[in-house]
Amino acid sequence: MQLTLWTYEGPPHVGAMRIATAMKDVHYVLHAPQGDTYADLLFTMIERNAKRPPVTYTTFQARDLGGDTAELFKNAAREAYARFKPQAMMVGSSCTAELIQDDPGGLCKALDLPVPVVALELPSYQRKENWGASETFYQMVRNLADTSVKRAPREAGQRARCNILGPAALGFRHRDDLREISGLLREMGVDINVTAPLGASPADMARLGDADFNVVLYPEIANVAAGWLKRTFGQPSTRTVPIGSGATRDFIAEVAELAGVDPTAVLANAEARAPWYAKSVDSTYLTSKRVFVFGDATHVVAAARIAAQEMGFTVVGLGTYSREFAREVREAAALYGVEALISDDYLEVEARIAELQPELVLGSQMERHIAKRLGVPCAVISAPVHVQDFPARYSPQMGFEGANVLFDTWVHPLMMGLEEHLIGMFRGDAEFHEDAAPSHLGGAVTPKTVMAAQPVQPETVVVPVEQAAANETLTPQEATWGLDAEKELRKIPFFVRGKAKRNTERFAIDRGVSLITVETLYDAKAHYGR
Amino acid sequence: MSPVIPIQSVSKGCADAPVLKERGQREVFCGLTGIIWLHRKIQDAFFLVVGSRTCAHLIQSAAGVMIFAEPRFATAIIDERDLAGLADCNEELDRVVTRLIERRPEIKLLFLVGSCPSEVIKLDLSRAASRLSGRFSPDVRVLNYSGSGIETTFTQGEDACLASLVPVLPPSAASAPASLMVVGALADVVEDQFARLFKQLGIGPVQFFPPRQANEMPAVGPNTVFLLAQPFLADTAVALEARGATRLPAPFPLGVEGTSAWLQAAASAFGVDAATFEAATAPARDRATSAVARQRTQLAGKSIFFFPDSQLEIPLARFLSRELGMTLAEVGTPYLHRQHMAEELALLPEGTFLSEGQHVENQLDRCRAAQPDIVVCGLGLANPLEAEGLTTKWAIELVFTPIQGYEQAADLAELFSRPLVRRLRLAA
Repeated sequence: MQLTLWTYEGPPHVGAMRIATAMKDVHYVLHAPQGDTYADLLFTMIERNAKRPPVTYTTFQARDLGGDTAELFKNAAREAYARFKPQAMMVGSSCTAELIQDDPGGLCKALDLPVPVVALELPSYQRKENWGASETFYQMVRNLADTSVKRAPREAGQRARCNILGPAALGFRHRDDLREISGLLREMGVDINVTAPLGASPADMARLGDADFNVVLYPEIANVAAGWLKRTFGQPSTRTVPIGSGATRDFIAEVAELAGVDPTAVLANAEARAPWYAKSVDSTYLTSKRVFVFGDATHVVAAARIAAQEMGFTVVGLGTYSREFAREVREAAALYGVEALISDDYLEVEARIAELQPELVLGSQMERHIAKRLGVPCAVISAPVHVQDFPARYSPQMGFEGANVLFDTWVHPLMMGLEEHLIGMFRGDAEFHEDAAPSHLGGAVTPKTVMAAQPVQPETVVVPVEQAAANETLTPQEATWGLDAEKELRKIPFFVRGKAKRNTERFAIDRGVSLITVETLYDAKAHYGR
Repeated sequence: MSPVIPIQSVSKGCADAPVLKERGQREVFCGLTGIIWLHRKIQDAFFLVVGSRTCAHLIQSAAGVMIFAEPRFATAIIDERDLAGLADCNEELDRVVTRLIERRPEIKLLFLVGSCPSEVIKLDLSRAASRLSGRFSPDVRVLNYSGSGIETTFTQGEDACLASLVPVLPPSAASAPASLMVVGALADVVEDQFARLFKQLGIGPVQFFPPRQANEMPAVGPNTVFLLAQPFLADTAVALEARGATRLPAPFPLGVEGTSAWLQAAASAFGVDAATFEAATAPARDRATSAVARQRTQLAGKSIFFFPDSQLEIPLARFLSRELGMTLAEVGTPYLHRQHMAEELALLPEGTFLSEGQHVENQLDRCRAAQPDIVVCGLGLANPLEAEGLTTKWAIELVFTPIQGYEQAADLAELFSRPLVRRLRLAA
């Protein structure tokens, strides 16, 4: 049993719903107890869908458990087919129904419906939402793709065709990423065969074999399906996820190779303001800002690269809740000389952020809350999501426009350069001081209470020489701050104070110094060189 | 002598009305959602759901994803090892609870809340609760109830929670004078208003159940009379009656008429004379009446359709029909408690179409055919119906907003007029 305050992912059948809701002319019959219909709200409220998710739930109650729940399921499936007339159906169980073992797949076979029925096996006590989405998408592709399609190898001069795989319902900016990358591919002279699951009907899925290669936008959702398509139709897949200027260029190069096109024009025409903005002199103050990155693997790996190579930040920590992608995230962490945090326990993530004291957190809505509590600026880069992450405006993360969006989004929460300088120079201002939020973010200005002049306190602990000698043999595990040192620390600008505090403490402990003085503080500063 | 045919001058309301009973997909929350308001009401209580990742996901989604970073609820997620018997569920539960209590020393009352999975695997939470209560007493009392969807529909979660508290309420002294208990979680501001009114009526002592702190549990005994403030507390009422308390039948305190009748039930039980009742209630009643009247312009003559949700549907329909002149297209409720609803049913217009339970697709067909001016429904249905051109009022707001009593009567009416006003404004 795992004590959970907040869960990064939903159960796997919610992943299945994300595929069903993304597609057209599909209906999902879910054997589930009353109450599981809460999941409809995720789509109608967070994503503001104008239609209900195409799901029928059996919503069995206690009185049904004494009777024939299998019959309940068959009736629900029969009625759903009659009312909605889908081209294909998905059937399965949520966590509770899994325990009563009714076998929805077998039950549907008995119904002998005239459309394909894909039976989903999603172990609810082992797996989670992203795995559920991946497995469901794979099963739909496997069951619906017409394997008799044999596309002849592309001839020179013939336009290449690709499928776009992965965009789903309730995905972080999937709607806008799809538009951006579709446009990019067309600009490159590549035709798009099928996009799946978003907007694909079963009839569309049947045509998947009719493409030369696959563009995998979201590995968490589409890798397994892409692997099957490779084995079945010989279609290679892209490996680069085009989030960030560098990754977008790499993606263009990869597609150009697969499609046999010349990328020069597309690269030259790119409306890429982000690289210039990052180079511009106003961005100098961003150099070496310490960032912590957390979320799903795809967005974390991409964000860390942008942070380090395109923003000039320093990645001080990164991690993911997607254990399935731990290897990829650990490889990325090694690039920045940090240890990856692979965890879905948000208290562990909070503890790591508190320990690292970064200047910016790039994470999910969970990390946004952690950062708010700790008073650290933050931007959301990944699911878990909230309604704010489905903006009315066009806001991709992918492609050149995505890189522009990311630059704006990540810089916005930070205090602006000149403001930082002025606060650093003129401390003690009642309105604009280190504890106030950046003034462009609004909110009430918290005036600093004017402190009455305090008499200078002599250092309270004077270690006698003899005892100091004896103490040398005991290396203290903790170093305490003397009052003068604490006052001096307060003079360091707030945006580096956390780091200075940690470095000084580490320095003191390493040298067996139990009481931190002003001298210790500056010795540490010189030692660490910033 | 020719027979005299009596003229029916008094409506019987819906006391004997037929009710369409539906079975099919129910588009309603399970009782775990009660935790969202109960954990705020009882400030030193903690709610630990023993369930699956679905349960954890439900509560955080319904609660709006992390409004508070470390709230007073959590889920102990059952995993494969627990199911396969490789881990002892009871040992695991003890471990989780111990860790929780270490982290949160200010907790005085811990509820182990049963879920669909915990019930299907027959995990005995009542034994776990006694065991853990013994271990952590006197600092923490551990109780259990089921908020599972197979047992409870939405607000019935509160019923199950309160019913689990009744057996541990302190007994009132044998010689204690009559006391009034108000049963059902109310917004703090509403409680305070009722407390003042009861004081002016000379009725006391008055206790509210649930209390705001775990150590303020009201006493109960044969001297206790109670008023239900909420219409979904069937098991709690039965449990209180088993402790010797007596229920005062009354409509629910929604709207001017409902509030007056509800207060009158208490006044009659405590022998308050008519003049005192009038003096205490007239000022609030009169200002509520004018305030509600101002909402009539928007609502009179408009039709309303209720999808089942909280069991508040019938009292709300009564208020909107009688005080605001709305017509009732359909009033759907998840469960109709004939006894507790008797006074309300008698006040509904004759011929009101009532339904109990749900078959959501059939009900949507009826709703589209009726084309009502306002549809009261859950958030899984609201946006899709809005996209079809219907005006909706989201049902759970009625559970999360102060709506009872005189001072809130006009606010309650405004919750229904606001969507209509919005439609008018955005059409321009």
